[in-house]
Amino acid sequence: MMISPYYYQLLVIASINVIMALSLNLVTGCAGQLSLGHAAFMGIGAYTAGILTSVYGLSFAVALIAGGAMAALFGLLVGLPTLRLKGDYLAIATLGFGEIIRVSILNMKVTGGPFGLRGISKQTNLTIAAIAAVLVYWTMTRLMNSRFGRALTAIREDEVAAVAMGIDVTRHKVLAFVISAAWAGIAGGLFAHWFRYLHPSSFAFSASVEILSMVVLGGMGSLEGPVIGAAVLTYAPELLRGVSDFVSQHRMMFYGALLVVMMLVRPQGLVGTGLNGLRVSKFRRSRGLEQSGIDMVRRRFASAMKRAQRKGSPSPCVVNEQLADLAVRSGAGSSGTGVAGGGGEEHAGS
Amino acid sequence: MLQQVVNGLTLGSSYALIALGYTMVYGVLRLINFAHGEIYMVGAFIGLMTSQTAGLPFAAAMVVAMAGAALVGVVVEKIAYRPLRKAPRLAVLISAIGMSIFLRNLALALMGPQTRAFPIPFEVKRLNLGRLRINSFDVLILLTSVGLMIALHFLVQKTKIGKAMRAAAEDKETASLMGISVNRVIAFTFAIGSALAAAAGVLIGMNFNAVDPSMGMMPGLKGFTAAVLGGVGSIPGAMLGGILLGMAEVMGIALLKSEWRDAIAFGILALVLLVKPSGILGRNLQEKV
Amino acid sequence: MPVLELRNVSKSFGGIAAVREVSLSIEQGAILGLIGPNGAGKTTLFNLVTGIYTPDSGEILFGGRDLATLRPHEITDSGLARTFQNIRLFGQMTVLENVMIGRHCRTKAGVLGAILGIPGVRKEEAETRKRCLELLDFVGLDVDPDEKASNLSYGQQRQLEIARALATDPELLLLDEPAAGMNPQETNETTELIRRIRDAGKTILLIEHDMKMVMGMADRVAVLDHGVKIAEGTPEEVQRDPAVIRAYLGDEANVVA
Repeated sequence: MMISPYYYQLLVIASINVIMALSLNLVTGCAGQLSLGHAAFMGIGAYTAGILTSVYGLSFAVALIAGGAMAALFGLLVGLPTLRLKGDYLAIATLGFGEIIRVSILNMKVTGGPFGLRGISKQTNLTIAAIAAVLVYWTMTRLMNSRFGRALTAIREDEVAAVAMGIDVTRHKVLAFVISAAWAGIAGGLFAHWFRYLHPSSFAFSASVEILSMVVLGGMGSLEGPVIGAAVLTYAPELLRGVSDFVSQHRMMFYGALLVVMMLVRPQGLVGTGLNGLRVSKFRRSRGLEQSGIDMVRRRFASAMKRAQRKGSPSPCVVNEQLADLAVRSGAGSSGTGVAGGGGEEHAGS
Repeated sequence: MLQQVVNGLTLGSSYALIALGYTMVYGVLRLINFAHGEIYMVGAFIGLMTSQTAGLPFAAAMVVAMAGAALVGVVVEKIAYRPLRKAPRLAVLISAIGMSIFLRNLALALMGPQTRAFPIPFEVKRLNLGRLRINSFDVLILLTSVGLMIALHFLVQKTKIGKAMRAAAEDKETASLMGISVNRVIAFTFAIGSALAAAAGVLIGMNFNAVDPSMGMMPGLKGFTAAVLGGVGSIPGAMLGGILLGMAEVMGIALLKSEWRDAIAFGILALVLLVKPSGILGRNLQEKV
Repeated sequence: MPVLELRNVSKSFGGIAAVREVSLSIEQGAILGLIGPNGAGKTTLFNLVTGIYTPDSGEILFGGRDLATLRPHEITDSGLARTFQNIRLFGQMTVLENVMIGRHCRTKAGVLGAILGIPGVRKEEAETRKRCLELLDFVGLDVDPDEKASNLSYGQQRQLEIARALATDPELLLLDEPAAGMNPQETNETTELIRRIRDAGKTILLIEHDMKMVMGMADRVAVLDHGVKIAEGTPEEVQRDPAVIRAYLGDEANVVA
């Protein structure tokens, strides 16, 4: 079978992107935690593996694993403090982390700094890259249908309920984050030994956004989604090259728009069934809001009635039957301390 | 030492201006507006163009920049956030980050990647008080920031729309039952936050004499850090956080090397998140504005 | 020794006391009804017991053990499970998966075991599945186990929440308005279900607004009003208690009249 070198390279890159998208999907799609620094983990793996083979002469396999391990270690360092907190903090922390990694690589000697790291041997080929991608896919299939994967989905769906079911939420999030970082690190090792040259700009924020776009386009939380998203977004820019210079020059602008539009129009992604949920749960939530709204009107109404009644003559006629009858609508019970029950729930939810 | 305090105050008050936008939006929406740094950039560009192309005086350029950025902020909210008001958090976060990337790269496509100089529309004077040197920029930044913060305080505490904002921050549902148009309040919050960010953009763009499409990222992150440090959701917290962060950064640079500048901010962010995620004035969260 | 014991537990939010100096205890195998007007602090009390909130003062002992030393997920692990007033199912997961989540703290399969698919993990997974199907049967939820939880009716969702909580093998089950929004027939079924759960040896703490239901099944009833426990006793005692009548009906009677 003959493939032109051009398509051969495209397939290698696609395989690497599939690994990146699948691994990000574990954190963002399955566990619902937005990470904006996924490319940084790839960079850590790429530089670690590249330096180990080119400077220290280690074997490719060892270097790949070491790259994954190093990325996992950083994943642990970033994840531990931030994953205890709400999702927004992880997003901003990973964003900052990605920048720090990029700047650090730029300022280190062993990485070649702004000149990049040269002299890495070409050891990645399509077979290795494809096997790695299939391996990751297979791992993800197993994980998502396991006790661990279920727990992650539960965390995404409702953290409070997940805790109430005895799930150690932080532990699971951190574990998912570390596994995800490890795979990204291995993808980085493959990347390094395919292109043979590394530059920090390959692992900048924009690269993380590209990977996120793949996951979002394909479908967060599904297995096939990230694969399809990675394939489409690897090939599309090539397709557009020459057709429209404007589009290929301003790719990032379209990725940004893509993220917004997908969330507005099709949050479950192209093929997503896993999270077509984003919509249904939207419905569920709006219903919840409505209920508490009605509840509030009811409470307000009751307290107004009470005030009005107090001015008139109280005529408590106490029968047990009435007690039972009233209890049904005891939503109208008290007004002053609504904070305790109603407000309390909201505290728990936020 | 005194010099450092002045520098810290100047830097810090501009961070505070950015932090206010984060904190106000967080107050009403419980959302980190990722596009806030880009609004700051847009404000700087509008200010640059009005004073350069239209030749308007500084004060007028500032007003135009603030108004323009406010408009952009409102449009951003309407397109990327409002339709997702009831969607899961993750969807809103992704939409927000998408908006940020879109705006930054739109500016890149329209204005080009080069850094532009900000023509200074007034004569820069330098004042030497012994070893303390203060220039017109320091005075301008400090006065403008403090003026805007006082105006904001008045707006939030005394005006009708300010009270509506506070009510919405407390409890959106009740507020809407009381006849407050929550959508209008949120739009207004974005407008005010964006205008403040634009003011910071113009001031910093002028001070560093540099405006470019990606200028929003770092100040955006630092404004966020300042907001978290002070206690996200708290307006006084954002002011305090901004000043403290500015001070810490200036002191840090004096002690360490200037390459560590950004690392200091992130170090503080990491520390706050680890030790007290609710920030210094975080207890006021119930009085979010 | 009581299964659960609260000693002078207090909690306030922003200066407003939601729960004030509440003491309670539940004996093994009993059903304790917790009633009171909305906003009386009942759900807050649940949130305190399950570790979502930490008490400002006082102690909560479960099986003689101070719950303050445990993290919220460890509390479930120690044998205490709950349902939520405003149903909190995992909407995008299937009915069966929801119950299987309940088994989480009673199973062990790790990440590596899952990836490698080792026999122990497969066996555990099969057992979990079987056990959860039995639980669905037990609560009388007759739906396709592969249906999405969010597609169930309101009453079915409440049943599913109970099945999910039971899957954690709780010693003490906290039910927060299990019959809310149900029609009389569903309410009767739920009453039956709760009795069966008790007969299976569980202890139950029940918040419920349906007085007939609470008075009919609870061994003891505690009444909260404005965060304070104003009465406790058998259903008959509580129904006669003047303080309860005042809290419930003193004002309310007028609303109806």
